[in-house]
Amino acid sequence: MRIDIEDLAVEVAGHRLVHDIALTAGSGRLIGLVGPNGSGKSTLLRCVYRALRPAAGTVRLDGDDLHAMTAKEGARLLAALPQEAAGTFDFTVAEVVAMGRLPHQHGSGRPGATDNGICARALDRVGAAHLAGRGFLSLSGGEKQRVLIARALAQEPQVLVLDEPTNHLDIAQQLEVLALVRDSRLTVLTALHDLNLAAVHCDELYVIDGGRIVASGPPHDVLTPDLLAEVFAVRAHRVRHPESGAVQLLFDRLPSPAPPVTSAAPAF
Amino acid sequence: MAPTTQAAPRAPSPHDGPGARPRRIPVPPLIAVAAVLLAGSVLCGVGLGASGLGWGEVLHYLGAGLTGGSLTPGEVSGYTIVWELRFPRALLAAVVGAGLSAIGVAVQALVRNALADPFVLGISSGAAVGANAVLLFGAAGALGVWALSASAFVCALLAMVLVYAAARTAHGLTPLRLVLTGTAMYYGFSAVTTLMVFSADHGEAARSAMMWLLGSLSGAGWASLPIAAFAVAAALAYLLLSAGRLNALAMGDETAAALGVDAARLRRELFVVAAAVTGAVVAVSGAIGFVGLMVPHITRMLVGSDHRKVLAVAPLLGAVLLVWVDILSRVLLAPVELPVGVLTAVIGVPCFVLLMRRRGYSFGGGA
Repeated sequence: MRIDIEDLAVEVAGHRLVHDIALTAGSGRLIGLVGPNGSGKSTLLRCVYRALRPAAGTVRLDGDDLHAMTAKEGARLLAALPQEAAGTFDFTVAEVVAMGRLPHQHGSGRPGATDNGICARALDRVGAAHLAGRGFLSLSGGEKQRVLIARALAQEPQVLVLDEPTNHLDIAQQLEVLALVRDSRLTVLTALHDLNLAAVHCDELYVIDGGRIVASGPPHDVLTPDLLAEVFAVRAHRVRHPESGAVQLLFDRLPSPAPPVTSAAPAF
Repeated sequence: MAPTTQAAPRAPSPHDGPGARPRRIPVPPLIAVAAVLLAGSVLCGVGLGASGLGWGEVLHYLGAGLTGGSLTPGEVSGYTIVWELRFPRALLAAVVGAGLSAIGVAVQALVRNALADPFVLGISSGAAVGANAVLLFGAAGALGVWALSASAFVCALLAMVLVYAAARTAHGLTPLRLVLTGTAMYYGFSAVTTLMVFSADHGEAARSAMMWLLGSLSGAGWASLPIAAFAVAAALAYLLLSAGRLNALAMGDETAAALGVDAARLRRELFVVAAAVTGAVVAVSGAIGFVGLMVPHITRMLVGSDHRKVLAVAPLLGAVLLVWVDILSRVLLAPVELPVGVLTAVIGVPCFVLLMRRRGYSFGGGA
C-alpha cells in the first residue's frame, strides 16, 4: 500500500511543529525519516498514526484520506510502534499481542479462534512464541520491541510506522528489529537515529530539519557531507560497506569555530 | 483463596522477577465460585443479625417475601426485619461493592495510576457536601426520605461538572491533570464538609455526618436499591463492552491511537460513567473507602490485567467483600453499628498484603 503525504502541517498546543511535508512511500518500500532531535520526526509520525490530526494537508493510503477514515478503519490499514513507555499495567505478552486484533473486533469483541491463530502466528514470526506467558514489563528492551512488532503484525496492516524502534537496544537487537521490519514486506515508515543503520536498511531517506523536509532520495544520494554538516552539524566522511557497498559514515566534530550554516547565533 | 502451587518448570532468565511469569487463575471457574460465594453471602446477610432469628424463620420470611405468601400477625416483626431491612440491605451491599470495584478498575485505567480509586475524581467529597447539608441542616426537607440521596447525587454531578471543566485542556482530559484536579477538589469539598460539621449545633448530627463520611448501609431499603442497581448494571455493561479499548488505553494514548482507539473520547466517556456511578452509589451508602482501590488490584493479582477478565471478576469480589463487611458491621458490636469504611480496611488490608507478597504482582513497572 502506497503512502502519499501532501502539504502536511501539524500543530501541538498551538505551535506549528511540522510544515509543508511532502513524502511518498511506494508499496512495500522501507522509508527512513532522519533528523536531529527536535526536528519534528515524532510529530510527523504521530500524525501519520493518528495520535495527532493534521492542521493542514493530507495523508493518503492508496489515495484514500487516512484522517477521513474512522479510527478503526485506519488501524486496520496502518499499525504503529509509538515511542512510549509501555504503561503501568502488567499485561502478559499474549495479551499485548491480542490488542492488535482490536481494530478487527466489533462490539464486545471477544477474541475468537481466528484472532488467537493470527496472534500466535505473529508471535511466531518474530521468534517470540516462547514469551507468550511472560509479563510484558519483565522483558528486555529487545524482547519488548519484538512483541510490539508482533502486535503490529497481528493488526494485519498494510503499512507500518515506527518511531525510533532501535532506541535503547544493543546492536544485535537493533539489527534484528530492522530485519523483522524488512521481512514484514509492509510499506514501512520509520524514524531512525542511527544514520548508518538508516543507510543500510532504508530504500529511501527523508531528512527533516526544523519541521521541514530538506532532502530526500536513496541514502547514497542524500547522506552527503554538505547536508550532514548543515543538518546534523557534524563533519562526515563517506566510506563504502565492504560487503554490501552501502554508503557508511564516519563522523567528526565540525572544525571549530563552527561555521554557523543555519543558526543565527550572535557574533562575539 | 489463591492456589500457590503452580510453579511451572522453566529455565531461569536474567529478567525473572516478580511478574516475570505471572501465575493466573482461569477466569470461568473463578467467576462460578465467586457467584456461588456471593449468593451464599447475601443469604448470610439476610440470616445473620442481632435480633436472634433462627435460620428456619429467616428462610420462611424470605420465601414469603419472594412468593408473596401470607403471614400471621405474630410474624410481622420478623418478616419486617428479614424482608424490609436485611434483604434489601444485603442486596445493596452487593450492588455498592460491585459498583465501587468496577469503577475503581475504570478510574485506574482512566488516569493510568495504581493509587486511583473512585474517589480520586473528587466526586464523592462533592456528594458528601450534599449529604451533610441534609444531615446537619435539614436541607431539601421537601424531598422527605429521598432528601439525603437526592442531595448527595446532585452535588456529585455538580462536582463532576466542576472537575471536568477545571481539568479539561485542548487535548481533552489528561491523566495527571485529572488526578490533580480531582484531588484538589477533594480537599476543597472536604473543607466545606468539615466547616459544616463544626458549625452544626448538635453533636448527634455531627456523629451521623461522620458515619456517612465513613460509609454505612444502615439507610438501605427497597427504595434505595433500584437507582443504584440500575446505574451499576448499566456501567458494568458499558465497561465490559469497552474492555478491549480499556486495554489499549492502559498501554498509553499513543498506542491507543495506533490501535484505532480515540483516547480522548474514551476518557471522556469513562469520566462521565465513573462520576455518575460514584454519585449514585455514594448517595445511598456514603463514602465507603478501600473497596474501589484494592479490589481492582486484588483481582489483577488473581487474573492478570486484561480488562475483559478484571471487569468480569472484580465486581463479584467487591460484592462479596462488602456484603460480609456489612454483616460484620452490624454484628460485631451489636446493637452499635460500626462504620463500613473501618471494616473494609480491617479486612481488606491483610488480604491485600498477603496476596501481594505471595503472588508476583507488578504495577508501574517496578519488578
